[in-house]
Amino acid sequence: MSDVADRVNVSLAVRRAARPARRAAFTLALPLILFLAVVFVLPIGLLLKTAIANPEARAVLPQTYIALADWDGAGAPDEKVFAALAADLKIVQKERTAAGLGRRLNYEAPGMRSVTLAAARLAVKLEAGPYKPAFIEADPKWGTTDLWAAIKRNASPITPYYLLTALDLRQGADNSISRVEPDQAIFLGVLGRTLMVAATVTLLTLILGYPVAYGLTIALASVGRIMMLMVLLPLWTSLLVRTTAWVVLLQTDGIINNALLALGLTAHRLQLIFTRFGTVAAMTHIQLPFTILPIYSVMRAIPPAQLRAGRSLGASPFSAFWRIYAPQTVPGVMAGCLMTFILSLGYYITPALVGGPTDQMVSNFISVYINRDLNWGLASALGVVLLSLTLGIYYLFLRIAGVDKIRLG
Amino acid sequence: MVSSNRAKPSPDFANANRAVASAARSGDVETLVRFEDVRKSYDGIHFVVEGLDLAVKRGEFLTMLGPSGSGKTTTLMMLGGFERPTLGHIYLDGKPVERLPPEKRNIGFVFQNYALFPHMTVAENIAFPLRYRGVKGADAKGRVAKALDMVHLDRFGDRRPGQLSGGQQQRVALARALVFEPSLVLMDEPLGALDKQLRERMQIEIKHLQTKLGITMVYVTHDQSEALTMSDRIAVFHEGRVQQLADPVTLYNQPANRFVAEFIGENNILLCIVEIVANGFASLTAPGGARVLAVARPGVGAGQRALLSIRPEQLKLARVDDPTTHNRLKGTIDEVFFLGDHVRLSVKIGGEHSLLARIPAPEARVFHVGEVVELSCASTDTHLLEREP
Repeated sequence: MSDVADRVNVSLAVRRAARPARRAAFTLALPLILFLAVVFVLPIGLLLKTAIANPEARAVLPQTYIALADWDGAGAPDEKVFAALAADLKIVQKERTAAGLGRRLNYEAPGMRSVTLAAARLAVKLEAGPYKPAFIEADPKWGTTDLWAAIKRNASPITPYYLLTALDLRQGADNSISRVEPDQAIFLGVLGRTLMVAATVTLLTLILGYPVAYGLTIALASVGRIMMLMVLLPLWTSLLVRTTAWVVLLQTDGIINNALLALGLTAHRLQLIFTRFGTVAAMTHIQLPFTILPIYSVMRAIPPAQLRAGRSLGASPFSAFWRIYAPQTVPGVMAGCLMTFILSLGYYITPALVGGPTDQMVSNFISVYINRDLNWGLASALGVVLLSLTLGIYYLFLRIAGVDKIRLG
Repeated sequence: MVSSNRAKPSPDFANANRAVASAARSGDVETLVRFEDVRKSYDGIHFVVEGLDLAVKRGEFLTMLGPSGSGKTTTLMMLGGFERPTLGHIYLDGKPVERLPPEKRNIGFVFQNYALFPHMTVAENIAFPLRYRGVKGADAKGRVAKALDMVHLDRFGDRRPGQLSGGQQQRVALARALVFEPSLVLMDEPLGALDKQLRERMQIEIKHLQTKLGITMVYVTHDQSEALTMSDRIAVFHEGRVQQLADPVTLYNQPANRFVAEFIGENNILLCIVEIVANGFASLTAPGGARVLAVARPGVGAGQRALLSIRPEQLKLARVDDPTTHNRLKGTIDEVFFLGDHVRLSVKIGGEHSLLARIPAPEARVFHVGEVVELSCASTDTHLLEREP
């Protein structure tokens, strides 16, 4: 018994002894933790919230929603609901919130924007009921189930609408989920394109970067320093500057086209800028150091005697490299590729400046919805999809490769 | 004076070595490896290895011993095929191999830090050379098991090298270099990373394996006691040249020059003046004026200055009743160290010169610093080294 007590005491003492070190470590990390909480965790939380928040209709149509509570969902509701709607719309017109409501309802059913604006103007003119015939007379749409289902769907403070739209899905009048019409489906294509571009860039950086990493490892110290500088130099230059440099190189009367023409390799100028080729080339250039550095740091830790040992045992230089060296570089390859792939998923400036309209990635659409269309809900939903995709791929990588297979050095 | 932790090989091993060496000499002496005027330079100005002529006999354990930068490892790398000689030829089994890549030489190589493949199990490591020799399936499995058994690691086949201790990793490297039955095994300071006790055990184990399997081994080390323990012959390297190539006993007792005398074991080197040379002995005047009779050396004549070598264990306390007047060196005790089985004395004779003496425990008494003692040594145990200009 005392033996057990003794052991417990010892383990407590051990933990007590480790406490100051733990506390010191935590204190040192505290500023960063707070910083991240404010500028990283909080915005992501808000992003998640914006992707499902649905305040517009609920805020301005309170009476309508109370009256609509016992609507049976078939045909137009009764006069009571129309009266409540008229009362709400009067306030809407007075407070000039019709545009916001119209925009929100327009997402659900095209044409709702003008219907809403007209109805708000109508509501102010209507002194007394019956309201139902007046509304239907002004616009027969007020008599349809679809319109009222769209309004009813906005009763909830949260909506799946943005997330569904981001995945090219929509909710019908009966709340069933179905694919949108093919001519309206864009986001899955954009996501696929984003993944495709990221994968291509990752593969290219690996093919180009792996030999460079090996060269860095075996080079003489003096040569290696210069090589390293050349690898790192792009990292020290601003992303925008490097992208603009690619614009200069790729444009139709740019350096590459001039050189090709002067050498007689082409008869007419090639379209290099605003193409997928340009986007991938520029992104590959920018991402190369991120792939090279982890591979290099892993390679540097492999003793050169290993290759010699392989050859002394009978392996040809290639066989020794392939069977002994290459397998040991896998953790670096994994880390480098993962880093490049995930960073590539979020590219914005480079595709925007170098790519054409069909090369835009998810980030561009997020930016368009935030800056131009003021549809923050959809922008957030796309952000959520991108974030989930990134986390999913990261998780898959860990599952397939194993945590120990990803090493930065 | 170079200090050492072990001056003499253990007697039974010295005997065993001599037996093997003499068997090789009396039998059909065959040369497996021959270096012919091999020179190696990396910059075209300095030679790391100069004018190397060296023959390795079949079945012998030859050690290349020398300080770092003496050219021994470069020589080994040239033999292994990892470096190409700048000039000269290397013959393996009578055929020149300077241009043969390592994988075509069929030489086993044990590297300094083992160079085991961390992503393969121990068994896979050992099976690696078999794959390139067309040994597959049950045959390969059997040979791996035999090799593991040989190095006493039969239960470790499924482990990764990272899970083994340094000594175990060393054995795996050894098994991997031996499993394909190479004609020659090269070792580059394979025991350098082990602690002293383990190192000594492995020395004996490697030596046993080499004798049992009858393989030719070329071993590189900077540890002279390791070289004395294991080798049939030792080539002492210094500044890119072989200073002396001899069996351990000859090397220890009859060093060819000052470098060898100081590098192997401890030694007292005294600058003397040669008075007379007669009957294979030379009469000298040592520092402090003492007269010393030593084994003469060709090329060192009367009137010249020469170096004299006396091993510390050959110095004894002179007996008062001994009538001989030569080989008696008188001095003041400078330092005394008690080492259990012997006492080390540092005795100042004639100004700056001091002698190191090892007095075996049974003959020792209590010594005091400042005490005057007289040391003596047999003429046959004192050797003249090269002439000093």
